[in-house]
Amino acid sequence: MNIWVFAQENNGAPTTSTLELLTKARSVAEGSGGSVSAFVGGDASAIAAGLGEHGATKVYATGDLGGKLPGVAVSAAMKAVIGGGDSPDLIMFPQNYEGRDVMARLSVKLDRTVLTNNIDISAEGDSVSVTTPVFGGNVLVTTTFTSGGPHLAAFRPKSFAAEASGGGVPEVVAAPVPDLGAVGAATVVAEHVEESHGPKLDEANIVVSGGRGLGEASKYEMIEQLAKLLKGAPGASRAIVDAGWVPYSYQVGQTGKVVKPTVYVAAGISGATQHMVGMKGSKNIIAVNKDEEAPIFGVADLGIVGDVHKVLPKLIEALRSR
Amino acid sequence: MNVIVCVKQIPDPAMPGELDSSTNTLKREGKLILDESDSYGVEMALQLVASAGEGEVSLVSMAPNSEVSGLRTALAMGASKGILVSDPNLLGSDALTTAKVLAAAIGRLGGADLIIAATESSDGYTGTVPEQMAEVLGLPSVTFAKHVEVADGALKVNRQTEEVYGEVTCPVPAVTSVTAGVVEPRYPSFKGIMAAKSKPVETVTAADLGVTPVGWDGAGQTISNITKAEARKAGEIIEDDGEGYTKIVAFLENLKVI
Repeated sequence: MNIWVFAQENNGAPTTSTLELLTKARSVAEGSGGSVSAFVGGDASAIAAGLGEHGATKVYATGDLGGKLPGVAVSAAMKAVIGGGDSPDLIMFPQNYEGRDVMARLSVKLDRTVLTNNIDISAEGDSVSVTTPVFGGNVLVTTTFTSGGPHLAAFRPKSFAAEASGGGVPEVVAAPVPDLGAVGAATVVAEHVEESHGPKLDEANIVVSGGRGLGEASKYEMIEQLAKLLKGAPGASRAIVDAGWVPYSYQVGQTGKVVKPTVYVAAGISGATQHMVGMKGSKNIIAVNKDEEAPIFGVADLGIVGDVHKVLPKLIEALRSR
Repeated sequence: MNVIVCVKQIPDPAMPGELDSSTNTLKREGKLILDESDSYGVEMALQLVASAGEGEVSLVSMAPNSEVSGLRTALAMGASKGILVSDPNLLGSDALTTAKVLAAAIGRLGGADLIIAATESSDGYTGTVPEQMAEVLGLPSVTFAKHVEVADGALKVNRQTEEVYGEVTCPVPAVTSVTAGVVEPRYPSFKGIMAAKSKPVETVTAADLGVTPVGWDGAGQTISNITKAEARKAGEIIEDDGEGYTKIVAFLENLKVI
């Protein structure tokens, strides 16, 4: 089975999700006597070696997208390669903004279904199945592709562990974006970086998240203090991100970051499915919430039924005096 | 300016979700409500039309049953009319089929200057339909919009990305998907609720729109297994008596993280 991985770059290196997908693709391809290629929307010179180290033997690169959005541009470049006869059996995408857009546009071009939000994949002969958690992860649904390839599947971050294969520098093949016409009319005219301090949310050993139970935006300061004292990263539920208390980059959950720290502290978070999906993989979960019926207590190793405005200041004081 | 908003009617998310054991699809019976994610798009559309000073907001929706209560909520907010593609054959449709059906419904309305959808639904959350719809319609798109303006025939969007947001411009007609929080959705007024009762909602089938095959036949996928995930072991839950924080300190000490 020949597999492509939609590969992305961050600060001159392949993203963690990219390396996770390459690692899994390698084991699926090895089991079926196939190869793994990476498909880069942009210039691949900085990351080609890193992609090779994780199992890509070929790298397709579109070259600079010139302000075009990846969804429309990369899918057109993929379609051109596939139309040229070089078609994979499976394309693996990261479950993120660009991954979703590229696979969506490509699915229409190829008239193929998409399966998203997966955490696992298996292949037997030509048959490919993927597994996705539903209902906040309580039920696992395995779905099998029934049409011919290329199969299109997206995987959540941290579904697989990234391991280097020791592969050499791969062959880089130009896969230019064809003329897009009217559908390519959207143009990125400026980009803005969201500032963050301390360890990155999805890499931190300890994550302290706050939710609506904090009552007001100014109380989020308690979350930041606690995170700092524990050398962790502050996070947030979607509710307070939507309310504008903290930037989107703090969001833990379905549409935010997926975190699996040693300790996850949920303060004033009820535990909506949307949030639980992003933190249920944490090794230890501490929850503080005044509603004893809150779903978060169903996954907590230690649950304190109480007011965050009383518990957190005492906890901060106790940690500070150590 | 005319805007079409794609809205989904979903089971109340406050109720526990359930799979239908005979079809392995999410149970979507009985009363359906407007997906909260879609209320942002409806509000955005109403504001854009209001600031343009002319035009109207129309709705397209798809459901396996003929439920319209969610659509009525959007009409009560101020949308003018809607098309509901309601067809038992749609059960089991994948995201691609959904996109084809919605695109055909948009075509039946004669298109619009702007088509708005949420980034993903709250019950199925595949998250690809808006971009697939744009491709089916042959339109440019700007996904994950956290701020939207339309001026001089161009859409200006602040688009959310992993670590940054981008300023994107795009000529209309175009498709955009809006994140929750892009605007504050209004509550329908009593007057709006009363007016919504008489606003036109045309109900059509997928076949009326010329989209076949739909449902499981068009899905290109089949559910092969369903298992219960391993549940987390129940933890210790205590009532705070003023000293609850000491339990947290002890827990952290035990893990040697402090």
